[in-house]
Amino acid sequence: MTALGIAAAVKSGERTALDVLDEHLARISQRDTEIGAFNLVLADEARTAAREVDAAVSRGDAVGPLAGVPVALKDNLCTRGVPTTCSSRMLEGWRPPYDATVVQRLRSAGAVIVGKTNLDEFAMGSSTENSAFGPTRNPHDTDRVPGGSSGGSAAAVAAGFAPLALGSDTGGSVRQPAALCGVVGLKPTYGAVSRYGLVAFASSLDQIGPMASNVADAAACFEAISGHDPLDSTSIDGARDPVVAGLGQGVNGLRVGLVAELCAGSARLQEADGLDGVSAVEGVAADVIGRVDAAAAALEAAGAAVTVVSVPSAVLGLSAYYLIAPAEASSNLARYDGVRYGLRVDAANAAEMNVSSRTAGFGAEVKRRIMLGTYALSAGYYDAFYAKTLRVRTLMLRECAAAYAGVDVLLGPTAPTTAFELGAKTADPLLMYLNDVCTIPSNLTGHPAVSVPFGCGDDGLPVGVQLMGPALSEPVLLRAAAVLEKAAPPDGNAP
Amino acid sequence: MSRAVPGREPAVPEDWELVVGLEVHVELSTATKLFCGCANRFGDEPNTNVCPVCLGLPGSLPVANAEAVDCAMRLGRALGCEVRGAVFARKNYFYPDMPKDYQISQYDQPTNTDGCLELPDGHTVGIERAHIEEDTGKTTHIGGGGRIHDADYALVDYNRAGVPLVEIVSRPDIRTAEQARAYVRELRAILLAIGVSDARMEEGSMRVDANVSVRPTGSDELRTRCEIKNLSSLRALGRAIVYEAQRHVDLWSGGERPRQETRHWDEANGRTTPGRSKEDADDYRYFQDPDLVPLAPAAETVAAIDAALPPLPAARRADLAADGGGAVSAEDAALLVERGQDDLVRAAIAAGADPGVAATRVANDLAVEDWAPVTPEGLAALVAMETSGRLTATQSKQVLAEMAEGGGFPDAIAERRGFQAMAGDDLAAAVDQVISENAEAWSRFCAGDEAERKKLAGFLTGQVMRATRGQADGAAVNRLLGERAGS
Repeated sequence: MTALGIAAAVKSGERTALDVLDEHLARISQRDTEIGAFNLVLADEARTAAREVDAAVSRGDAVGPLAGVPVALKDNLCTRGVPTTCSSRMLEGWRPPYDATVVQRLRSAGAVIVGKTNLDEFAMGSSTENSAFGPTRNPHDTDRVPGGSSGGSAAAVAAGFAPLALGSDTGGSVRQPAALCGVVGLKPTYGAVSRYGLVAFASSLDQIGPMASNVADAAACFEAISGHDPLDSTSIDGARDPVVAGLGQGVNGLRVGLVAELCAGSARLQEADGLDGVSAVEGVAADVIGRVDAAAAALEAAGAAVTVVSVPSAVLGLSAYYLIAPAEASSNLARYDGVRYGLRVDAANAAEMNVSSRTAGFGAEVKRRIMLGTYALSAGYYDAFYAKTLRVRTLMLRECAAAYAGVDVLLGPTAPTTAFELGAKTADPLLMYLNDVCTIPSNLTGHPAVSVPFGCGDDGLPVGVQLMGPALSEPVLLRAAAVLEKAAPPDGNAP
Repeated sequence: MSRAVPGREPAVPEDWELVVGLEVHVELSTATKLFCGCANRFGDEPNTNVCPVCLGLPGSLPVANAEAVDCAMRLGRALGCEVRGAVFARKNYFYPDMPKDYQISQYDQPTNTDGCLELPDGHTVGIERAHIEEDTGKTTHIGGGGRIHDADYALVDYNRAGVPLVEIVSRPDIRTAEQARAYVRELRAILLAIGVSDARMEEGSMRVDANVSVRPTGSDELRTRCEIKNLSSLRALGRAIVYEAQRHVDLWSGGERPRQETRHWDEANGRTTPGRSKEDADDYRYFQDPDLVPLAPAAETVAAIDAALPPLPAARRADLAADGGGAVSAEDAALLVERGQDDLVRAAIAAGADPGVAATRVANDLAVEDWAPVTPEGLAALVAMETSGRLTATQSKQVLAEMAEGGGFPDAIAERRGFQAMAGDDLAAAVDQVISENAEAWSRFCAGDEAERKKLAGFLTGQVMRATRGQADGAAVNRLLGERAGS
């Protein structure tokens, strides 16, 4: 049952929120020992919340658009009084004294928080194998990863543990696991959703986004959590266009640009003119490109005009990202020093205690990125590294603006491959980083992007295609995603 | 040979020149902290004015306090700075009283740049920048005599964490310890005049660090400087500069050179001691804080700030001096403006009071917290009674004190107290009585040279004052003593 279906049934009294919740809790207890999607299941708290929704319905009170919908939260979103670990030993046992703005908004929309999902430690990773509490497995094939870093949330939706989940996306952490798990994942415009209460990884890139089994649910969740928040200075003020209401309007006349740099091997590239000198990102699998081409054809069939466009700086995204994100992370993660909360390993003095606590509390990937970022910001290196990445961002924004003068949305793959086996890339960080090569540009520009399942790869595992648009174009992106959803081959994506 | 300048201690021998720049941290007296809604209040129970933001809890985000930004821009304009678009930057270093282990400050794009501050003596000190930043928490070391190295443990109070500060960085334009003190006094007067800080050094709401170096007189080089911290009073500031300058002169003269380092002022022993060396100091890894949007004050905002600035101390001193027609001393004028009593004195002068007496009487004898009951008319009447000889200086002070307590008009107070200056025959009789009772002193007075006469005049006047219970006017007694001695 979809999230919107549940909300309608709960509002009409056809089903109770408690009944819906128990059904999901039963699925979790049946299968989550195998999947490992959750760090924590909040059965008691969720039952209390569900009963409150049912009481409101029976009193005839107005209830929110997500009344009685179970929602899973990535465990880097603060929940008042409930452990928020970021899947790190460093924060084990810490209970935030406040709810993230998105959590408050979900609660007031009537949603029922069902648990906290696993992630790569502090959202640093693309497979959820960097969790201090063990990996999450892909519900489609438990020998494979669910992607990351929001792998727990993606797996929870794919396994039917919750119809909706929130993830966070810094370089693709919502979209890539959504693609690998066969669900819909939206990375909203930077500033569309408040970051207050999201434990920061890279502040200028982080954005919270919904994950759902279908486009309409993702759109409804986005509507519930977005909007200006005075607690986040970077949150966008002003009125927004509705998203859910326009989902069925189709794509007739929509101009779609296939991004040449992300689609090496696409049949459309060979046919297009003036693309001889284009250098494309490497490693995107042929079966994935095949699905992108199929999606382009589906959009054309629905009335869209598809052309090939070039965004040359897209190939610089990965390098820029792996300087900006670690640089900001090195500063954001300084506060885990053993003084006020979380893990403390005592030592002779405060400075040594900082070192011993951080040495024991952080995993290898987090340490690697803190080191990278500290180096990138160091005196004498700032101009060569960090300052240069800021110029790449400016260049990328300029090229995107030029592209959006000619097309309404961009199309490309979400992840280079389908889900890979556990352990396949853990020994080589650079190989792992390449997973984000297609998703990173949207984080650097702050623009929205959505991954929508569109059939399977040669191995029978789900493939996601990615639609990207200019700032605040979520209504258009989701409208196009809805068309792809309808045109997608049946079956394929059911785990 | 050193040359003594009146009113200034010679900091260094005359073949050396002192070069000082000051960094002054000022806590803004906003209602709330710089990036959250917690109360900005000194002296509360530890860790009661805290929230997720100022504790730097995971997931929390800063939002700039518009009032604090406004205060900083007002200060900038009062210092003649250019107020520009600015960005907040993170200064990264680990310290337990800093909740995020970075301080939000401003780095290469501060709110205020390129101003100046004119001292009362006319010397101008350039202001390089005045930027906004957040304060840290306060650490108290327990055990081991409270010293950081021997302490058993430390307690941290985060009430101060996130309190808005402006750091005012001067150019190295200060040449004497007295100028350094005058700079701080003048800055404090400006802060009070525009109402952005209570600027109390003793409570730490105004903290001064001094960058001290010396150079051969006539040179314009900048030699190695030391930054002296922990200067909690004007006295400490002056003493520390004098000590440090001499230390540098001694090192250079002995063929050595000072190390660039942070030093602490040891008030008890009157010396500076080495702290952190700059060579092994942290690399702060400044970068723009991505959680905060740039500040972009509109030209109209700056214009509105200028229009709303109250008269500043330099202008007020000039106004007072002009009204006083040269009779108000520079010291009195500075003090009156600092205490905000210049308007009272100017109004009294306008009401006919003698400017010099009015200024001196208020400067010397109205150093009270609340002097609101003293009206310009009352002050003018008091000064008139004193200049006409109806009240002695001593009596006038007592009447003024009672006026400040709400005692009413001076003639009524003087009458109630039975005050009137003794004059004419009564005073002459009292003087003659004292002369006869102190024959030996009197004969020495009559025969003595100028110094002796001055000394004995003081003694004899004192005796007359005692006999008349303070109702004699000192100047009149002196005159009578001179007449009796036949000089």
